[in-house]
Amino acid sequence: MADFLLELLCEEIPARMQAKASEDLARLFAEKLAEAGLKAERLTSYVTPRRLALIAHGLPAQTQAVSEEYKGPRTSAPAQALEGFLRKTGLAQDQLEDRDGVWFAVVEKPGRATVDVLAEAVPAIVRAFPWPKSMRWGDASATTESLRWVRPLQGIVAIFGEDLVDIEIEGVRSGYGTLGHRFHHPGEITIGGAQDYAGKLRACHVIVDQEERKAIIEARARALAAEAGFELIEDRGLVAENAGLTEWPVPLLGRFDPAFLEVPPEVIQLTLRINQKYFVLRDGAGKLAPAFICTANIDAVDGGAAIVAGNGKVLAARLSDARFFWEQDKKVPLAEQAKKLARITFHEKLGTVADKVDRVAKLARWLVEEGIVTPATVTPAQAGVSSPGASTPEMPASAGMTRETLADLAEQAARLAKADLVTEMVGEFPELQGLMGGYYAREEGLPDAVADAIRDHYKPVGQGDAVPTAPVTVAVSLADKLDTLRSFFGIDEKPTGSRDPFALRRAALGVIQIVTENDLRFPVAEGDLLDFFADRLKVQQKEAGVRHDLIDAVFALGGEDDLVRLLARVKALQNFVTTDDGANLLAGYKRAANILKKEAGEAGQSQTGEEDPGAALDDPDVAEAIRVHEEAFPSAYEREPAEAALIAALDAAEPRADAAIAAEDYEGAMVALATLRAPIDAFFDSVTVNAAEPEKRAARLALLQRIYDAVHKVADFSRIAG
Amino acid sequence: MAEKAASLSFQDLILTLHDYWGKQGCVILQPYDMEVGAGTFHPATTLRSLGPEPWNAAYVQPSRRPTDGRYGENPNRLQHYYQYQVIMKPSPANLQELYLGSLKAIGIDPLLHDIRFVEDDWESPTLGAWGLGWEVWCDGMEVTQFTYFQQMGGFDCKPVAGELTYGLERLAMYIQGVDSVYDLRFNDAVGDRPAVSYGDVFLANEQQMSKWNFEIADTEKLFRWFRDAEAECKASIAAGVPLAAYDQAIKASHVFNLLQARGVISVQERASYIGRVRDLAKGSCEAHIEKNRAEWEAKFPGWSL
Repeated sequence: MADFLLELLCEEIPARMQAKASEDLARLFAEKLAEAGLKAERLTSYVTPRRLALIAHGLPAQTQAVSEEYKGPRTSAPAQALEGFLRKTGLAQDQLEDRDGVWFAVVEKPGRATVDVLAEAVPAIVRAFPWPKSMRWGDASATTESLRWVRPLQGIVAIFGEDLVDIEIEGVRSGYGTLGHRFHHPGEITIGGAQDYAGKLRACHVIVDQEERKAIIEARARALAAEAGFELIEDRGLVAENAGLTEWPVPLLGRFDPAFLEVPPEVIQLTLRINQKYFVLRDGAGKLAPAFICTANIDAVDGGAAIVAGNGKVLAARLSDARFFWEQDKKVPLAEQAKKLARITFHEKLGTVADKVDRVAKLARWLVEEGIVTPATVTPAQAGVSSPGASTPEMPASAGMTRETLADLAEQAARLAKADLVTEMVGEFPELQGLMGGYYAREEGLPDAVADAIRDHYKPVGQGDAVPTAPVTVAVSLADKLDTLRSFFGIDEKPTGSRDPFALRRAALGVIQIVTENDLRFPVAEGDLLDFFADRLKVQQKEAGVRHDLIDAVFALGGEDDLVRLLARVKALQNFVTTDDGANLLAGYKRAANILKKEAGEAGQSQTGEEDPGAALDDPDVAEAIRVHEEAFPSAYEREPAEAALIAALDAAEPRADAAIAAEDYEGAMVALATLRAPIDAFFDSVTVNAAEPEKRAARLALLQRIYDAVHKVADFSRIAG
Repeated sequence: MAEKAASLSFQDLILTLHDYWGKQGCVILQPYDMEVGAGTFHPATTLRSLGPEPWNAAYVQPSRRPTDGRYGENPNRLQHYYQYQVIMKPSPANLQELYLGSLKAIGIDPLLHDIRFVEDDWESPTLGAWGLGWEVWCDGMEVTQFTYFQQMGGFDCKPVAGELTYGLERLAMYIQGVDSVYDLRFNDAVGDRPAVSYGDVFLANEQQMSKWNFEIADTEKLFRWFRDAEAECKASIAAGVPLAAYDQAIKASHVFNLLQARGVISVQERASYIGRVRDLAKGSCEAHIEKNRAEWEAKFPGWSL
């Protein structure tokens, strides 16, 4: 048993690719070992900006010897058969065994030296490594067949126990030597093996374990913040990114002019985090602190003073830009900015952004005037933007508002909602769209409800994001998304496969969340767009544990464009079908539907077996024919008891179900249907539908049709799985 | 940071880089005598990155970005500035070390300042070119773009060239520790001959050129120049003089930038103009390759397009 060390040294690997690359290396290596019948006791993988490394602990020196047995022809078989067998096994006849008149060959495969397995595995892994983006370089790149790697590959260390595993890939030859920290130890260092790898590199200012680097950054950043009397705003993504940019991370604290704090905090945070990869701090009152923490890659000879000064200067220049944008933008009212939207094309077939804004404004007003979004859309306790973890919601700015006021505010907010797209700040930081509009609206003294709506109208931007509940925001957000969906569907720009360039899926999901969160009752769409909503709803509800076949079953009834009602129905259905009564009713229904389907098939329609079992039954002609037939032969025969009982049960259940559905009491409708379960079971147990007498048969088929119709008042049960 | 008095003047920064890269085997070229948006446009980079012949060059290239003009009022933004460009083909195995050596040569100590290679891939839609590499940070400031060209003019680079682009003003501001580009020492005083500042040399230029770019330039003429350059480029390709064609492609590109600054190109038209410039640049590259292909294949057995 020995340990194997592999290090692939290269020029700086993008931070965002390191974690995945490290996992891929371990996975691919384990696969290659498994192919050779080897397994390490444990794999440890490391990654730094300049190296991917892996240690396989406890590998045997050889793979297992295997003995394989092959059965050959009978000893009495013709000579050609034996020759063929000898060729296949590579043995001579005297090496075969005669077992009861059949030739057997036993081939001994000796174990292979693990070193040889490794020498083959590593180049194969390197050549097929799944980098998201890779490149060619250097002399070898005179052909496009040359090795591709994330950045130029510079060295390979491959040591099994103490033995070098001899590997050459594209002129890079394995050895014991690697490089330490780029600046602290630029010379070559010699590695003995897996046991001294991490230690030797540490001595040369390289911490190979990414988790350790993260821990150092986090702990030191926290300590620096505390020493300065501030608190670190935790940011795991930023910790990982900085750990991916450094082999010897040294967090340093710097300060910036508190005068910059007049700029909105989100702008400062973005500048620090995204542009500069600095950590952000807050003071005791929870406000942004005029300080930052950068992560250097060296123990600077002056303790970091020059680095802090340099970074502070870069930051000051960036914050000056941001403050300049903030001040410039504030000078122009949003209504003025909005005029510039006429210059921006929204889509070549859909006009300018100004055109879109106009449509959204009208739609937002309409949503209020039609009473779909009302001042009392939400209870005060829910007002604002709902989010699972939000604390102490404030009273809504809309409390006590009239419908007319709300309509005016919604239109006003909609007309200004996109104005920030032409501001300098959003030009520089596109991710601040909406948010900046909200700030500028407040600076102008516009009503809070309008500023909030401008700020939040893009929400929700995905599952888990806060869903608007303040009425003005709801109206604008909903109108914006509905307009986008209707417009793009109108010009036949629908998402296909993974292509969704206008983010219509997200828009539809947003509509669904707003509508269901706020109980908004209205027809959301029709035609293709309604089908699109159905698909999105299935995806969204799946995560909430709702079965998509149940959503299908309700949508299949057709004409349901009220998402709130639809979900209530689905919910009741889900509760019902999981009960005993529900499962049995479903079984009875399927039996009835199958008989009816067979009947409809015999009535002359070709069947492929793929049809919806109930499709023919929804054909009014067929249903009508059955009804007429039934009227023509009323009680022409003595009904059997189970048959009579079922009729009585249907007579009782149908009006109850109808009344419950009219009252949108779907639980009640299910309860009414549940009463059919026992009579249906009894009917099928004791009554022959396919009776010899035509009138009996017709009457019983009519009865099955009644069951079918009764059940379809609630959902198309044929769509339900099980 | 180096002592103020000891720090390099703007011209000494250039001279130091020339000296350094000259010693690495680079031919030290002069700026291309046409208006371009970046050092990459110099034919010594664009056209020389095509084909199998080794090529190592360094030069300063004045770069014009009309829309970045700020009438001399912004301390960090200019419509005319300088890039220092190094191109090495094939990319040497120690290109990073060579580059870091150049930083030491201009006075940046990597044990005092934090030098980092941060992922930044490069793409030029107008040149049909892309590459992978980094922006190099010095204490959080981007000082150089470092790229391994993978394609140029739509053709695979065989072999790959390494390209370094230093922002000279920014680097000089850092080295000299000044906050405004106009305060840079262009040179040092000698005896009673006084030092000259960057502002002394260029402030008036920024003021007037910003005004011309944004307000004065006759857009009708610009549109005409664009059409003329486009036609001339195509005619030169047809006539088998790709180097002349490429000049016209550069010209069309710069006129397009001026039209942008004048704000007369709509969003939809913009994409179409970029496409036209790209076609000119790609056409010139293609013609250049065709003209040299037989010779390249003869001189470099095994090489193919």
